[in-house]
Amino acid sequence: MSTVLDGLSLGAIYALIALGYTMVYGIAKMLNFAHGDIIMVGAYAIFVTLAAGGHVGIALLVAVLMCVVFGIVIEKVAYRPLRGASPLAVLITAIGVSYLLQSVAQIIFGAKAQTVSIVSFGTVKIASAEISVSSLITLVVGAVIMAALTLFVKNTRTGRAMLAVSEDRGAAQLMGINVNRIIMITFAIGSALAAFASIFYLMQIPSTEPTLGSMPGIKAFTAAVIGGIGSIPGAMIGGVLLGVIEKICLSVPVLAPYTTAVEFAMLILILLVRPIGLLGKKRREKV
Amino acid sequence: MALLEVKNLEVCYGVIRALKGISFEVNQGEIVSLIGANGAGKTTTMQSIMGLIPIKSGTVTYDGQVINKIPGHKLVSLGMSQVPEGRRVFQELTVYENLVLGAYAQKDKKKIKDDIEEICTRFPRLGDRRKQIAGTLSGGEQQMLAMGRAMMSHPKLLMLDEPSMGLSPLLVDQVFEIIKDYHKSGVTILLVEQNAKKALSISDRAYVLETGAITMEGKADELLNDENVKKAYLGE
Repeated sequence: MSTVLDGLSLGAIYALIALGYTMVYGIAKMLNFAHGDIIMVGAYAIFVTLAAGGHVGIALLVAVLMCVVFGIVIEKVAYRPLRGASPLAVLITAIGVSYLLQSVAQIIFGAKAQTVSIVSFGTVKIASAEISVSSLITLVVGAVIMAALTLFVKNTRTGRAMLAVSEDRGAAQLMGINVNRIIMITFAIGSALAAFASIFYLMQIPSTEPTLGSMPGIKAFTAAVIGGIGSIPGAMIGGVLLGVIEKICLSVPVLAPYTTAVEFAMLILILLVRPIGLLGKKRREKV
Repeated sequence: MALLEVKNLEVCYGVIRALKGISFEVNQGEIVSLIGANGAGKTTTMQSIMGLIPIKSGTVTYDGQVINKIPGHKLVSLGMSQVPEGRRVFQELTVYENLVLGAYAQKDKKKIKDDIEEICTRFPRLGDRRKQIAGTLSGGEQQMLAMGRAMMSHPKLLMLDEPSMGLSPLLVDQVFEIIKDYHKSGVTILLVEQNAKKALSISDRAYVLETGAITMEGKADELLNDENVKKAYLGE
């Protein structure tokens, strides 16, 4: 019971990050490999604000703000000039941005891990199971954020424009949609979600380092691919699935050392059976 | 007065010159056709006017304003609207959502609702299928949707790129009836067609485009009776 709940909450973190990958892929048609490092930016934003004596609430706000600013600036400076360039050039650039962020963080903060304790909540007993309160918070807040995102995309003018750009950029422009602006908004939203992921991450593991975002980033990318990259509900399902499997593996002594291997094996298996991911859509050929 | 004036428009794809400096104009209140074979540059012309592909040189003037430096998405609120080749409706969205997107520049929700009702009266088939996913519509219905969507922005100039493509003769007639009817409500039309006969039959004037250059122009009824046009484009 508590393993599953922990898994769900870790899954919520993966899902939040995976949403950033999947939305940017769906709308800007690129894999933003620097997305994981935005989590690191958020974690250091919290670290610095707390170290400067700021209140936890302020620190969380600063984290969201910093992540959004980084997301928008990276898109504008690194990716926008490459619009229409070969996907490979964009991919290499994204990897470059990832290393750039990590290296700059290392120059500023050093390579060693820093402790960032936001708040510790302890555990509660629900039906004889010890459940960590931060897991519960992560799960609930994560679910609320994802529900809000789903409603936003489906029901607002900007959300519909995002769907339109994702399906046919040219036709979207013919509707009068400013495609660059929609892509910028997508990066902003993805980065804000990553900021929340970094907050939840620090609630579980209260420490940050320059490479903090790498592993969660890769796992979340895996989750996005499992769910079907480009699909918003797919990213959520993929994230939760991966989180639950990770925690279950970790709780079984025989499997624990192979947890990561199991996760990636699952990716390979799913892609073998369904190359477009669980909820991925086949791109229809345009006439 | 020319509502749309294209001067020496040149467009290149890499080293290939798709448009070799073409000039034409569409006057207020006219229906003008651009006819020509596959690959003549008709769609390129349409896309470059709307800023979907960059132009190498030349100018496009709309309503007295040079527009080829204006970002494409801003042209809709100036009163230009295009039904693209291949319809390009948003396949994964509903008919209703497609129409709402057509009114993207419009922020008054009440007005959007009223306009959708009006479009559904003009295209009863769309009215019956409001909640249907656009990708599941038939080709003819998708063409109607693409046209309805383009009309949602209340254009002064409606550009249609191959509206008859892939449709049965009966539907082709219907599409052309709708264009004629819409023109009567005061909208200027620029039409690109491979179906030259149909296009000329509803047009005031026309231009013939051949491998990136305009080779002929004139009144539609004159072109309909021109021996060269007859041979090359009317299959007579």
